[in-house]
Amino acid sequence: MQKLLLLGDEAIAQAGIDAGMSGVFSYPGTPSTEITEYVRASSEAREKGVVASWCANEKTAAETALGMSYAGKRSMTCMKHVGLNVAADVFLNASITGANGGLIFVVADDPSMHSSQNEQDSRVYGDFAMIPVLEPSNQQEAYDMVYLGFELSEKYGVPVMLRITTRLAHSRSGVARKEARTQNRFRFPENARQFILLPAIARKQYAQLLDKQPAFVQESENSAYNTYMPGQDHSLGIVACGLAFNYLMENYPGRKPPHPVVRVCQYPLPHRQLRRLYDECDRILVIEEGYPVVEQMLKGFLNTGKPISGRLDGALPRTGELNPNLVGEALGIPTGKLASIPDLVASRPPSLCKGCSHIDSMLDLNEALSGHSSGRVFSDIGCYTLGALPPFGSINTCVDMGASITMARGAAAAGMDPAVAVIGDSTFTHSGMTGLLDAVNEGSNITVIILDNATTGMTGGQPSSATGKIEQICRGLGVEEDRIRVINPLKKNHSENTHILREELAHKGVSVIIPRRECIQTLNKRMRTKGRDKQRAEK
Amino acid sequence: MQNDIILAGVGGQGILSIAAIIGYAAVESDLFLKQAEVHGMSQRGGDVQSHLRLSSSEIASDLIPKGKAHMIISVEPMESLRYLPYLSDQGWLITNTEPYVNIPDYPGTVAILAEIQRLPRHVALNAEQIAGELGSRKAANMVVLGAASPFIDIPFAKLEEAIRKVFGSKGEEVVNLNLQAMRTGREVAQNTAAG
Repeated sequence: MQKLLLLGDEAIAQAGIDAGMSGVFSYPGTPSTEITEYVRASSEAREKGVVASWCANEKTAAETALGMSYAGKRSMTCMKHVGLNVAADVFLNASITGANGGLIFVVADDPSMHSSQNEQDSRVYGDFAMIPVLEPSNQQEAYDMVYLGFELSEKYGVPVMLRITTRLAHSRSGVARKEARTQNRFRFPENARQFILLPAIARKQYAQLLDKQPAFVQESENSAYNTYMPGQDHSLGIVACGLAFNYLMENYPGRKPPHPVVRVCQYPLPHRQLRRLYDECDRILVIEEGYPVVEQMLKGFLNTGKPISGRLDGALPRTGELNPNLVGEALGIPTGKLASIPDLVASRPPSLCKGCSHIDSMLDLNEALSGHSSGRVFSDIGCYTLGALPPFGSINTCVDMGASITMARGAAAAGMDPAVAVIGDSTFTHSGMTGLLDAVNEGSNITVIILDNATTGMTGGQPSSATGKIEQICRGLGVEEDRIRVINPLKKNHSENTHILREELAHKGVSVIIPRRECIQTLNKRMRTKGRDKQRAEK
Repeated sequence: MQNDIILAGVGGQGILSIAAIIGYAAVESDLFLKQAEVHGMSQRGGDVQSHLRLSSSEIASDLIPKGKAHMIISVEPMESLRYLPYLSDQGWLITNTEPYVNIPDYPGTVAILAEIQRLPRHVALNAEQIAGELGSRKAANMVVLGAASPFIDIPFAKLEEAIRKVFGSKGEEVVNLNLQAMRTGREVAQNTAAG
C-alpha cells in the first residue's frame, strides 16, 4: 500500500480511525491540535461514524472519553502537556477505575516551550498514574503505537498514555497503514462496581493496579520498541528514549554506534535490557527529550553506582529540546566550525495579525486605564497574550487557563482598584466561568473583559464553546444585566469604547465587557471559501 | 542522494506550500522524506522555518544538524541569514530580496543584500516583483522554489506535476500562474546563480 505523508499528529489520528476508535474528545492545544482536526476532517471517519468533538476543556474531554470506554468502545482524548494538568483529576482516577473499551490519553509535550508556558514532561504523570506509556520515535511508530495502546489498554483494563513532543507532532513523513479493525460493540463493564470509587472499592481497584505493575514491566521488556543493540566499545552504554534515538543515529552515518544502546519507547522501563547495559558498560549516557526522568530513575539520589550522565550532570543541557548537534557533543563528536548569524538579523517575535480585533481592544483598554498606575491587568492564554508585547504592553499576567478572573479577584481582595481580567471567549468557557461565579458570590470589585472573536484563535480557529452564549452565561452566573456591556472593537469606536470601559472600571462590583468582532483569520478563510463556492456555482 | 533543505520565512508567507510541493514530488520519486514544520504561536507573523530532508535511504533525525544543510530556501532576505549556522560550507542560499517589514528595528535592505552577496554560492531575486509581473505577487513563493529547483535532485517535471496536484482544487488559472512562476524563477537562477 502506498505510504501517506503525515504529520506525527495526523498519523495518530489516522491510526485511531483504522484501529476501530469510536470517538476522540479534545480541547485544542499546540502541539496536539492536528490530531482531532484530522479526524474531524476525515470523510472515512465520518462514514465509520467516529465521533470527533472539541470540548469545553481537557477535563470534560477526558471524562467523555472515559465514558465511551465504560460503554466498551475504543476512545481517545488528546491534549497538550499543560492540558493534562486540567485533566489530571480524571487521568489519575481513571487508572484506578480502569478502562473497559481501549482508552488512550495522547499528550503532546512542548520542550523548549515553542508555544507553551512550561516544558513539563508527561512521562512523570504516566509514572504517577502507574500506567503504560508509549513514546514513538517516528511517525510510523506513532501510527503503530495507537494499535498497541488500544491492545494494552484492553488486555490490562487500564488507560494508556501516548506521549509525543512538538518535533514529532509537527513533522511529516511517510506512514504505511495497517489493516483496519472494526469498532467494538457496546458492552457494559464486567465488573459493575469498578467505576464506583468509594473508599472500599477504590482500595481494591488500587491494589489491582499495583498487582499489574510487574506485567507492565514484562510488556516493556518484551516490546519490539525497547531493543538492546550490541556494540563493541563498552566504555559507554547509551540509553536513548523516543525521538532522542534519531538524534543518536544521526551522528553515526552507518547508523551503527560503537557502543551498546538500549532504545526505550515503552514504559515502565524495561529492567532486563537496562540491567544488561549497566552490567556490561563502564558508564551510562541517557538521552531523553524532556525532563531527566529516566536518568533520575537509573541514578537514584544516592548515586552510588556507576557514573550515569545526561541532563543532570551537564552532558546535555538541563532544559530545552534536543537536536543532533547537542547529542553529538555529548558523545564527543564535535559540531565543527559554523557560520554565524550576521549581527544585523533582528528578532521577529510573533505579533497580532493585521486587522485583529484584539489590537483595538488593547488600545481601548490602555486608554481607559491611562489615569491609573500600571500592573492591574490579569490576563490569560490565547492570541491576546501577545498584548503583553510592544507596542501594547497592556497585560501583566499569563499563568494558566482561567487564572485572569481569579487572580484579579485575589488582587481586588488585597485592595487593588481597579483590578481587570482579560480573557478570551474560548478560555472563558474552558476555565473562566467558575472563577466568575466566585467573584459574583463574593461581590468582588473586578472588571472582566471577555474578548469574543468567536473562535479558538491561537490554535488555528477551532469552534469555541462560548460562541453565542457569553451574555447568557454571565447572567446565569449572576452578573447584573446592566453590568454586561457588549462593544464592537473597531478604530472608529475607540472613544465610545474607552468611555464604556471607564464607566465599568469605576463601578464597584463585578462588570463584564464583551468586545465582539470575528477573528480576522477565520473571517478571511470564510470569505475565501465563499468566493470559491461562488466561482464554482458560476461555472 | 540526500538533500537537506532549510525553508525560511515569516509566518503566513507560504513556506509550507513550498514544502508541500517538494514533498509531493519527493514521494512521487520514491524518496524518503522528513519535514519538520512550525505550527502555533510563531505562525502569527513571527520567524518560521521548516527542515526538509529528502534521501534515497532512510532518514534518522527530523532536524538537520547544524553545518549540514545543502541549501537554505528563503522567501524573505533577512530570514535567509538567520539560519546560516545550518548551512554547510558548500551549501547554496536561495532567497527572495523583497523585505517583509513587521518589526520596528528591521535592518537596512542594502546591508542585508551585502551579507547575502558575501556568500560564495547564492541566488538572490526579487520574487515578488517577478510574480507581480506574471499576474499575482502571491505566487512569489513559487518563484523562489523555481530558483531553488536546479539544486534539488528531483526532476523538474515532478515539481510541475506536484504544482498541478497541490493547486488543482483552486482552478486552472491558479495552476498556470504558479507553474509560470516556478519556471521563471528557475530561468533567473540558471542565468544569474553565483557560485
